Amino acid sequence: MTATATAEQNHDVKAKKQKRKLCIIASKGSLDMAYPPLILANAARMSGIEVHIFFTFWGLDIINKKKIDHLRMTPVGNPSMPMPQLLGVLPGMAALSTAMMQKQIEKLDFPPVSEFIEILMDSGAHIYACKMAMDMMGLTQEDVVDGAEVLGAMEFLEIAEDAQILFV
Amino acid sequence: MTTAELLNGIEFDKDGYMVDAGAWTPEIAEALAAEEGITLTDRHWVVINFARQEYAANGDAPTIRRITKRTDVSTKELYQLFPDGPAKQAARIAGLPKPTGCI
Repeated sequence: MTATATAEQNHDVKAKKQKRKLCIIASKGSLDMAYPPLILANAARMSGIEVHIFFTFWGLDIINKKKIDHLRMTPVGNPSMPMPQLLGVLPGMAALSTAMMQKQIEKLDFPPVSEFIEILMDSGAHIYACKMAMDMMGLTQEDVVDGAEVLGAMEFLEIAEDAQILFV
Repeated sequence: MTTAELLNGIEFDKDGYMVDAGAWTPEIAEALAAEEGITLTDRHWVVINFARQEYAANGDAPTIRRITKRTDVSTKELYQLFPDGPAKQAARIAGLPKPTGCI
């Protein structure tokens, strides 16, 4: 890296970056699909980007107190799994691939999902539970992690008005 | 020497990180922090010293998770100390390259 910049230019770069705001919609609740939105949200906060995450449909499982520590992954319908699809339907295969992924997560020193959510809250990320999805699944405020705000889709879109939006 | 004079002699990359971590001094940290709108306290120094120590050992600025696991600074406090992005701000003030870790 040979490029140099004056302090003034640095300042411009900084001012531009500070304005960024990221809104993430997390719609999937399997273990493998829980991490991408969490990692991106965390990376954004570490870089000083404002973050709002809207958990909807199965994504609600990620902030559901009863499910947060029991997210699973299934090899069925996942073309990236290193095994023939037919094997995926055998009993115990979902448990096996879940255990494999949990081991991998631990190896990389990624925090478990519940700890990850806590880190995000502490970092100042805003966490929302989709009102409609909660009604659909019969959940109340009590069922989701403390600090999550129940919100309708229209309200979330208002928050997202001047943000970059990411759907996972 | 004024802050501007101090920083004028330093080479930065296009993102504003020092090119040569070896040229860093605590005075430069104070000046870079001032640019970020931060007045360094003892708690900032816990993070900065840890980051420099990690860089010397591993050749990379530590991730946030590593900082919070290895020092007594919590995630919450870290974000209070470096409100505009602790990973980037702490590394920049510590005179280190942009961190590459994801968490």
